[in-house]
Amino acid sequence: MTSLDAARETPRAVAFGTSRARKPGRRHLLPGFGLTFGITALYLVLIVALPLAAMLLKTFSLGWPEFWRIVSSPRAISAYWITFSSAAAAAVFNGFFGLLLAWVLVRYEFPGKRIIDGLVDLPFALPTAVAGLALVTLFGPAGWYGQLLVPLGVTVTHAQLGIIVAMAFTSLPFVVRTVQPVLEDIPEDVQEAARLLGATPFQVFSRVILPLILPAFTTGVVLCFARAIGEFGAVVFIAGNLPGMTEIVSLLIFIRLDEHNYPAAAALATVLLTTAFVTLFLTNLLQAWQLRYADKSR
Amino acid sequence: MQINPADASLPADPRRPNSAVAWGLIGLAYLMAGAVLLVPLLLIVVTGFREGVGVYLANIVEPETLHAIFLTVLAAIVVVPINVGFGIAAAWLVTRYDFRGKRLLITFIEIPFSVSPIVAGVIYLFLYGGQGLLGPLLAEFDLKLMFTVWAIFLVSLFVTSPFVARELIPLMQQQGGEDEEAALSLGANGRQIFWHVTLPNIRWALLYGAVLCNARVIGEFGAVSVVSGAIRGQTNTLPLQIELLFNDFNVTGAFAAASTLALLAVLTIVLKSVLERKTGH
Amino acid sequence: MNKLFTAAVAAILLGTAPVLAQTTEILNVSYDISRELFDAVNAKFVPSYKASAGADVKVNQSHAGSSKQAGLILEGLEADVVTFNQVIDVDTLAKGEFVAADWKTKFENNASPFYSLPAFLVREGNPKGIKDWADLARDDVKIIFPNPKTSGNGRYTYLAARAWATEAFAGDEAKIEEYLKKVFSNVPVFETGGRAATTTFVENKIGDVLITFEAEVLGTIKQLGDDQYDAVVPSVSLLAEFPVAVVDKVVDKRGTRDIATAYLSYLYSPEGQDIAGAFFHRVHEAAAVEKYKAQFPEVRLVTVEDVFGGWDKVKADHFAEGGLLDKVFVNQ
Repeated sequence: MTSLDAARETPRAVAFGTSRARKPGRRHLLPGFGLTFGITALYLVLIVALPLAAMLLKTFSLGWPEFWRIVSSPRAISAYWITFSSAAAAAVFNGFFGLLLAWVLVRYEFPGKRIIDGLVDLPFALPTAVAGLALVTLFGPAGWYGQLLVPLGVTVTHAQLGIIVAMAFTSLPFVVRTVQPVLEDIPEDVQEAARLLGATPFQVFSRVILPLILPAFTTGVVLCFARAIGEFGAVVFIAGNLPGMTEIVSLLIFIRLDEHNYPAAAALATVLLTTAFVTLFLTNLLQAWQLRYADKSR
Repeated sequence: MQINPADASLPADPRRPNSAVAWGLIGLAYLMAGAVLLVPLLLIVVTGFREGVGVYLANIVEPETLHAIFLTVLAAIVVVPINVGFGIAAAWLVTRYDFRGKRLLITFIEIPFSVSPIVAGVIYLFLYGGQGLLGPLLAEFDLKLMFTVWAIFLVSLFVTSPFVARELIPLMQQQGGEDEEAALSLGANGRQIFWHVTLPNIRWALLYGAVLCNARVIGEFGAVSVVSGAIRGQTNTLPLQIELLFNDFNVTGAFAAASTLALLAVLTIVLKSVLERKTGH
Repeated sequence: MNKLFTAAVAAILLGTAPVLAQTTEILNVSYDISRELFDAVNAKFVPSYKASAGADVKVNQSHAGSSKQAGLILEGLEADVVTFNQVIDVDTLAKGEFVAADWKTKFENNASPFYSLPAFLVREGNPKGIKDWADLARDDVKIIFPNPKTSGNGRYTYLAARAWATEAFAGDEAKIEEYLKKVFSNVPVFETGGRAATTTFVENKIGDVLITFEAEVLGTIKQLGDDQYDAVVPSVSLLAEFPVAVVDKVVDKRGTRDIATAYLSYLYSPEGQDIAGAFFHRVHEAAAVEKYKAQFPEVRLVTVEDVFGGWDKVKADHFAEGGLLDKVFVNQ
């Protein structure tokens, strides 16, 4: 549920915070600027900015050499690698699966469609610890899936595959919910025209539809990737948490806290925070791209 | 985003799958949605009730589990209204006025979304912990936040602060401020404008945001586990209680707690899809 | 109903559970594997205290790795008493002026009401034939024990292995380190607490041998059946004292010193010792020792004082940043 319902970030909905519809000279016409500004700013300072500042202060107090020593330790590096590569794999899986689901849900009428549409939201509604418990039980040697997979030599629990499964599950809705509204907006006649001009169904998809949904699709995949990087609850249940093998960055931070090694926890948390900023920046850029695209396609 | 078959006003429904490829894709979607989404949900509920409703209930009314449920509900009762208030204020501010620093403000609204829950817990520890920035000061006044329910409320506020705002901002931006300005020119005051013009326009989106916010508060694990102190029957929320029961070798209890949360998740989905139709997404 | 709810909310916000008025609550912050033990102790202590002092009391519990718990108390977790498994974790609190510097003298036996030792839990029939510390360095053996940085349990394992190696290699430091490095590299996962390590071993089926307190080894066998696991007691092990202390800073503030002291004293009473014995802790009180003698195999125990020259020295030499532990803790 991290990046809320990405569904809303559609081309139709005006991109977050861009005020292109605003005419000049209407700045403070409505009452309540002082009140809402006061509430918003105060709340953000107390709930968001102050705690972030406390942690950054802690990190800065380390000094650069110490900070670098912590964040470039072999264990930290392997944790980054495991986290980012698993998140990337989860994002790729959800790219395909999400596109498929979005396509089917928009294009066809079939029995059980409403149920599938509702199920797509499950990973956002289900607490991650519950998801973790479900997945570790399913894929464990005695689980419904584990019984089938383990004899084939595929171990999911306590392996990187388990991390990927947990990440993919918890970030599944993003691609579906970003692509779905854009697909709906593509007018039937565009495809019809292409077909009349002799395009094969594959050409219609790759030449007409894919370019139109590309920005939304990319946004969905990036959101998915970002969410997967931060996932903790589901992953710790299934991963086995072996340093250098299945230890993700969030878990390493947690362990450093337990060890009372606060400088290390602060430094690693700062790394994750920076990653979050970068993805945030990236998604905002993508959304702006998506908007321009949507305008052009009208 | 919900496609409503009823309003497909085209004569022959072009959405009826008519090729092998179409049915193939649908079959794949069935298979994947079933295997990836439905089966885990079923597993939790089935296992939770495997030994009968009696055993399930007996596990739920265990004092520590019952307290965890109580605390989880309490957290939602405290956190959701506050974030609804914040969401309205922030959305009003962002969509109705232009001012310097607006982009920065929006970034700050969005941050909690992209931050790992563990980081959310860590930043509060560094602020209010005994060795944190404000911890010693709080101790002077004999105020305790860390490892009490207050810390759980605070991190939940942080984690879910953008939920309502994110729902309202696109909608209110799309609607524009014309209605409010018309009311203003007719002599309405700010309060009247809000209650009679703005609120009716945004009420479903508001509710929708509140439902999402609620689901996340109930399910938050990482952030809460950093600041809770895990005092049994005191500062354990339901998701933490699941892990605790699991480590106590009480698998039945863990699944009973988990299936309670799973049923809540199903309820959330139902509410969400009802609201989606109301908001016209 | 409404009033009840309000009262309950008020109570929870004030940090006290919604129980009857006049019930004083204390918090016992403990190590990870003592969950069942203190459940049982608390159930008996409450009526006993009611009978002797005439007051209602409720004991709350928090369990995790002992050093993690000490850290949380420094960060503000309000423990009235600590029941840890390692001297240095209480010393951490003494240094932070949470407990008296002379806490060891406040209760008998170095303030340790019962004791245990690191022992091995292996899978049924001991398929890998793990008999002693030497076997842990074999290539084909995977070991589970908790993280020595967060768990007193894990530190005892490290120290016990080192104590054995010191004898076996006649004090040759290079050989000792080589042995310990091999042992640590055989550990696929370091959980942060003793119970999480047990869960990894029994639920997730990782590892050939779990090293944890004898109390946990025997308790696990009792709970999960002796047709699945066997206990192995090595040729030599380390005395693991479980020190207790009243957290002065907290009890003085909350006015709970009497209850806290009574609670810890109860652990030394015949009843308390009987419960500890029933949960496979080795005890001191004569009747309980006699009653539970049969469940504990004979083992040669060495002490931290004998082998390592005391806890202060252990802390400085082994557990300080960059100390001897860091040299062999290859997976961290």
